[in-house]
Amino acid sequence: MIRVVLIDDEPLARTLVKEYLQSFPEFEIVAECGDGFEGVKAIAQHKPDLLFLDVQMPKINGFEMLELLETPPAVIFTTAFDDYALQAFERHAVDYLLKPFSQERFDKAIHKWKQQQHAVEKNTAALLENNSTPEERLRIVVKKGANIVILPIHTVHYVEAFDDYVKIHTATGFYLKKKTMTHYEQVLDPRQFVRVHRSYLMNLQELTRIEPAEKDNHLALLKSGAKLPLSQSGYQKLREVLGI
Amino acid sequence: MSKPVLPYSKITLGYAAWWTLWLVAQIAFLKSSGFDFDTALTDACITQLVFAIAGYAINTSMHAYQPSPRNTVYVVGQTILIAVAAVWIQRFILLEWMGESALYAAFLEKSLMPRFVFGWLMIILIAVLTWFWVYVTDHAESEKRKDDATQLSREAELSRLRQQLQPHFLFNSLNSISALAGTQPEQARKMIQQLSDFLRGTLKKDDTTTVTLQEELHHLQLYLEIEKVRFGHRLNTVVHARDESTACRLPSLLLQPIVENAIKFGLYDTVGEISISLSARTENGMLVLEIQNPFDPATAVPRRGTGFGLSSVQRRLYLLYLRNDLLTTSQHDSLFTTTIKIPQPQ
Repeated sequence: MIRVVLIDDEPLARTLVKEYLQSFPEFEIVAECGDGFEGVKAIAQHKPDLLFLDVQMPKINGFEMLELLETPPAVIFTTAFDDYALQAFERHAVDYLLKPFSQERFDKAIHKWKQQQHAVEKNTAALLENNSTPEERLRIVVKKGANIVILPIHTVHYVEAFDDYVKIHTATGFYLKKKTMTHYEQVLDPRQFVRVHRSYLMNLQELTRIEPAEKDNHLALLKSGAKLPLSQSGYQKLREVLGI
Repeated sequence: MSKPVLPYSKITLGYAAWWTLWLVAQIAFLKSSGFDFDTALTDACITQLVFAIAGYAINTSMHAYQPSPRNTVYVVGQTILIAVAAVWIQRFILLEWMGESALYAAFLEKSLMPRFVFGWLMIILIAVLTWFWVYVTDHAESEKRKDDATQLSREAELSRLRQQLQPHFLFNSLNSISALAGTQPEQARKMIQQLSDFLRGTLKKDDTTTVTLQEELHHLQLYLEIEKVRFGHRLNTVVHARDESTACRLPSLLLQPIVENAIKFGLYDTVGEISISLSARTENGMLVLEIQNPFDPATAVPRRGTGFGLSSVQRRLYLLYLRNDLLTTSQHDSLFTTTIKIPQPQ
């Protein structure tokens, strides 16, 4: 049996997928979820082969939910038209179904999945690495133990490089996220977050003082008491943004 | 100046050719009356040149001021005056140049009346053509202006539609209908009805009309019914309008974007069931509307104080009432309240 999880906040939308899936008896729906939190739990529990996933959902969107998974399964997105999603899906998701979609279109997506089963895991990972959603400018979703934490962007003090991960520092400690510094530098508002160093992306609102360190170097002092080293170019950038 | 029907260079050329034709005709006539070529040429040149200038004068004056048909008598008077002046000038010049010949002088005095009639007819002809020309170009221009205006209002209507109708809402509703069609066709049919009524209500109103609160609530109800089908039992709505407020007037289609905003934040900012409430009352001659939705203070981002849905409402209220204080928002615990005041005509 092929194990499927449906995640959509609209019950009728799930009904439709269930109905369309009836023509494929080898597929079994192991869980139905109304939001991303339930989704994360259900995926951890059932380890499905395929996800039908809506993008716009309560609290965390479909992309953010995928980011919380260790090994995201293959994904077929089901969504009403969302400008930002389209190109992303085209390259990396198994398929995307634009609501409302027909049985024929649905069947095509299933066949596509069957054809490329072996390649999809890699694809989902690539999808997550290369894409961003508008919500990402406003919040970062992280996992701490079994908990899912939503960090509004203004609560982030700074982002620090950490091997393949980044550490997101906040008043309540740091959280790990598998993303790159470059990703956040591109996604976050450059007037609020400045790449002051190869390893540091700083929230300007947290800055209290810039003090000279040994040689020509400088240090940024944050409200939290943290001290971030400034690189030559980082110092220049900071001066530009602050207009000094 | 409006765009001419013909280019000016062609008109000028045609005008010159027209007078040259009469010039040749006049030379031929004078020759056949026994005058020598030089006399005929001089007379014809002066005559036609003066008439051509007179024609130009009437043309210019009518471009500057187009008389209405009621003022025809003034135009006729004007043409007579110009014709008389033209003939008088011709007589003056021609006598000056060729008056020594008594024969010619006598001929000139005798020919004044035919000259006048000829010139007058010419000038009237030019006046009529000019009037017609101005009429046609003006008409074309006003047609174009009307077209532009229609185009603008259509665009406004479309942008209003886009504003009212998030494509997201439309496509998700259609998807729900598609799901219902399989299992509960009666429900599907009902939802199509509601969606159609809602769309029709959105289309036919324009920005400046006001409706009673009762009408507006009826339209809103259609929207809420659709949203309830989409979100099932997660969405509860409470609408409470005091009796005295239902007859109050407000700009049409004002509530739907605000309620949509409330539903969006309520549904996407929390999990579990939510309740959206709308209450209406009157206060100091104003209609006061309050819309409340739950939100999560821990994750809500500050920008939501003036969310996108609300800024367009604020803009509209400003355009209609020239006041910026009619829409206010407040956050209390986990409840977000949007308050709108609509001044009522006394």
